[in-house]
Amino acid sequence: MLLITCPNCGADCAETELAPGGEAHLERFGPGSTDEDFAGYLFTRKNPKGVHFERWRHAFGCGKWFHAARCTVTLEVFGTYPAQVTEPPAEIVERIRARRPNWEG
Amino acid sequence: MSDAVSALDGRAAEPRPGLRLAECGLRGQITLRAGDLASSALVGAVEAITGVAVPEALSAGFAGDDRGAVWMAPDELLLFVPHAEVAGAVEMLEGALAGTHHMALDVSHARAVLRLEGADAAETLAKGAPLDFSEAGFPVGRARRTHLGGLAVGIWRRGPEEWELVCFRSFAHHLFAWLETSGVEGAEVGRFGV
Ligand SMILES: [Zn+2]
Repeated sequence: MLLITCPNCGADCAETELAPGGEAHLERFGPGSTDEDFAGYLFTRKNPKGVHFERWRHAFGCGKWFHAARCTVTLEVFGTYPAQVTEPPAEIVERIRARRPNWEG
Repeated sequence: MSDAVSALDGRAAEPRPGLRLAECGLRGQITLRAGDLASSALVGAVEAITGVAVPEALSAGFAGDDRGAVWMAPDELLLFVPHAEVAGAVEMLEGALAGTHHMALDVSHARAVLRLEGADAAETLAKGAPLDFSEAGFPVGRARRTHLGGLAVGIWRRGPEEWELVCFRSFAHHLFAWLETSGVEGAEVGRFGV
C-alpha cells in the first residue's frame, strides 16, 4: 500500500484514493510527427527498476492530477509536485539524489 | 408542483444501542466551483448564504443543522442551506459572481446526506474507509472526500461523536445499509477507546 500526499489538497492518501496515470513528463508527438516518434509516445515507456516519475489523480478526493516521484522497488515516495510542470522540481531531484546516490537520472 | 422527497425520506436506524444512523432528509445543497475561492465577492456571498466563512482546505463549517459549507477541492465548495432557500441562494451566488469564472449548481436532489452519531461512530466508519478516524487524525471540523464501502463519499466530523456523509443519491440505500451493517450489535471493535 502506497501512502502519498496530494499536493493539491494536502491530504495524506492511501493508494486506493488515487488513480494511476502512468509515466510522467512524456513528450507528446501528434499529427505531423514521424511514425517512430508517434509510436514511441504512445507505447515506449521507461519502466525502470528504481526511481520513477509518475502521474496520479486524487480520484476519490479533490479530483486533481499531480506528479509523484517514487521507487518502484521499495515503494518509497520521494515527493509529490504539481501537474503543471514538464520536469521534476530541483528539490525533488535533490531528495532523490540524497536517497539514491547512484541514480543516473 | 410535485413534492420533493429525499433519497431515503429521512430513514433512521439504531444499529446498536447508542449508535444512531439517519438520512438527513431534504437539505439545500449547492456545488460552487470557482477559480478563486478567496475572492471577496465569493467570500461575502458564501458567508451571507451559509452563515460561515469559506472553509479552509480539508475542513467544514456549520451554522446550524442544515446551514454550512464543506471544502471539496481547491476550486470547489459544497454549500448547505435550508431546502426552501436553495433557489434564492443560487440566484444570489450568480449575482455576486457575475462576470467571473464560476459555476453554482443546485444539487440538492442529486445527493443524499447521512448522519452517524455515537461513541462507536468513528470505528463504524473506519471499517470501510482508508482514513485515520481518531481525534488526532480526524479532528472536529475536518472534512475529507474518500471512498467508503466502495462508494465515493464526503465525510466531515461535526462533533466528537457526530459525523455526516454525502454520497450520490442513487447510492444512498447502499451507504445506509453498509453503515447499518458495519455498526450492528456484535460488530464492536473498541478501536477508539470505546
Ligand atoms: Zn487531493
